Amino acid sequence: MKKTWMVLTTAVLSLVLFGCPPKPAETVTGTGGTEGEIVIGEYGSLTGAEATFGQSTHNGIMLAMDEINGAGGVNGRKIRVKTEDDQSKAEEAANAVTKLISQDNVIAVLGEVASSNSLAAAPICQSNKVPMITPSSTNERVTQVGDYIFRMCFIDPYQGEAMANYLTRTLKLKNAAILVDVKSDYSTGLAANFERTFLANGGKIVGKQSYAKGDSDFRAQLTTLKGTKPEVIFVPGYYNDIGQIAIQARDLGMTMPLAGGDGWESPKLIEIGGKALEGCFYSNHYHVDDPSPAVKTFVQKYQERFGAQPDSLAALGYDSARVLVDAIRRAGTTDGPKLRDAIAATTNFDGVTGKINLGPDRNPIGKKLVVLQITNGQLALKDVVDPAAGSAAPAGTAATDTSSTGNAPSTASAATN
Amino acid sequence: MQTLFQNLLNGIAAGSIYALIALGYTMVYGILKLINFAHGDVFMIGSFVGFYCGNALAKSNPDAPPFVNASLTMLLAMIICAALGFLNERIAYRPLRNAPRIASLITAIGVSFLLEYGGQFVFGPDPKFFPTLIEKNIINLGGVVTTNYQLIVLAVAIVFMGILQYIVYGTKFGRAMRAVSFNFETASLMGIPTDRVISTTFIIGSMLAAVAGILYGLSYPKIDPLMGIMPGLKAFVAAVLGGIGNVPGAVVGGLVIGIVEAFVGGSQFSNYRDAIAFVILIVILLFRPSGLFGKYEPEKV
Repeated sequence: MKKTWMVLTTAVLSLVLFGCPPKPAETVTGTGGTEGEIVIGEYGSLTGAEATFGQSTHNGIMLAMDEINGAGGVNGRKIRVKTEDDQSKAEEAANAVTKLISQDNVIAVLGEVASSNSLAAAPICQSNKVPMITPSSTNERVTQVGDYIFRMCFIDPYQGEAMANYLTRTLKLKNAAILVDVKSDYSTGLAANFERTFLANGGKIVGKQSYAKGDSDFRAQLTTLKGTKPEVIFVPGYYNDIGQIAIQARDLGMTMPLAGGDGWESPKLIEIGGKALEGCFYSNHYHVDDPSPAVKTFVQKYQERFGAQPDSLAALGYDSARVLVDAIRRAGTTDGPKLRDAIAATTNFDGVTGKINLGPDRNPIGKKLVVLQITNGQLALKDVVDPAAGSAAPAGTAATDTSSTGNAPSTASAATN
Repeated sequence: MQTLFQNLLNGIAAGSIYALIALGYTMVYGILKLINFAHGDVFMIGSFVGFYCGNALAKSNPDAPPFVNASLTMLLAMIICAALGFLNERIAYRPLRNAPRIASLITAIGVSFLLEYGGQFVFGPDPKFFPTLIEKNIINLGGVVTTNYQLIVLAVAIVFMGILQYIVYGTKFGRAMRAVSFNFETASLMGIPTDRVISTTFIIGSMLAAVAGILYGLSYPKIDPLMGIMPGLKAFVAAVLGGIGNVPGAVVGGLVIGIVEAFVGGSQFSNYRDAIAFVILIVILLFRPSGLFGKYEPEKV
């Protein structure tokens, strides 16, 4: 008996004393240095409530990285992406980024889609001076966290305004109701921005109700909204809830269209909502049938590799990864502050979602926005808002001031189907 | 006025699902004085069995009338949940029959976590979409709109509550159950096979949870391994509200919670919908700890 204890104690002791691998070796291959692989971190919702957000973004990033590595990498070094799943939860996002930075010594971080998750992770990147690029978090507060946080997409004041303009000016709707997810920074922010423009355009918000992400019963809120007789209901939520909300609204005999933002974008949206979503609108970053050559090549490559149509989150993931690598190339180093400066200096970068020019607030200037309508189970292009091509607002001023209403999107063309 | 009736109807439909789950809590508590926290997760398993079985039947047996497939799905869910409830009691609770009550309570919480995270491991953490077992129709009753789903939920819930009422108050087994509930030791001295009665109670409760799981899946087609937590907690509140251990009380409690939630959800306080059930719990515990229908029995020291 005593002998067993001795053996056990020795075993445990030797594990404690000699078990840890020498750490410095890892830092050399990992990052910081000038040789070996460059390790980039990615965190995303690969599982959980918004799983397709993370999966699409991941596919987009991997597609870009494989192309870059296939062409010899950057500055003579290959790139490895270390991916962490945050299960669509903000607290897990913070854990994932902490792990990426402290254990995997990543030189930069890509992610997230949901603004609440990006907001949870951004302060960690900022305080460690590790640049973070969010492909598709639209809440304006994300990049306000600090000068190491960048984004590749438009922001909610712009998106909310565009949808409000489309509903009031193009569709001539006057009465809207709002159903907002109170647990999501994205949803509350977008709803407020939508409301501001909708009211300014002479519209009326007849009813406002809220739900919490993960709810399954929306009938009570919808019943109240039904009584206020809106012509459209603005629901800036995520695809998972949208499908259910649409189904329950139709169950209650409500026929008005629902409208929303880029949180609707998912291959699962129509799978869940089905016929209930017919005629509904949402704003998005790009449309797969866009005739521009950049989109065409991207869609083709993506389909060959993954056998599915890329959604806008995949496109933005792809763009973020390429912008980051471009910045590494220009910086010539993976050193945090220098890499940060190089990302900030990104100008006229040819992305799938348009030309990318990062402004002084680290948001891209003048990004295109499309309004899509669900027609016969397909996404039909209804409107394009392109500040770069527009005449109403000069592109340069469009997104430089995040809080202003000066980034009036101009309706460039109304191509249909 | 229409809004009022619409909310009432929505509340009754949601409440009847709570009531079915609450029955399981209340029966087990009535007999063992144990709050079976894993009950909400048995409900979740019921939904998942319905998901897999419904999809499989739709593929293998597409020509059968939907009613047959739906019934088969429900039957299979009931059988699997019954087995789960039986094993749960046999493995986790029976060895602790004579241990302090807190031990079984903590075990119940453990079983609950096991099912939730085991479920995430087996089914995956992503939400799944419950198959449409029966074609959905919208029924308009003079401005108040309902679907055949809500009516099915209501009808099935009433039928199963009726069956339960009959078992408890109309059969010999029910008398044995009530005897065990009244006094466990005396009942066993009188020759009542208490272990068998307890096992059967778990089986019946779990079957009701399976029914609730299928009905929930029909009405709210998004299911995931953690879906049992909230309905489970609310059904527990419903059972306490009606007087835990009291069968009609659980039904009334479930309906009250469902209706109150529908009205709160439709008001400007919709943010607080989930909180309201727990506010009710606190109020009940403060002013009428034995619930609406419970008998107040001072504890003898």
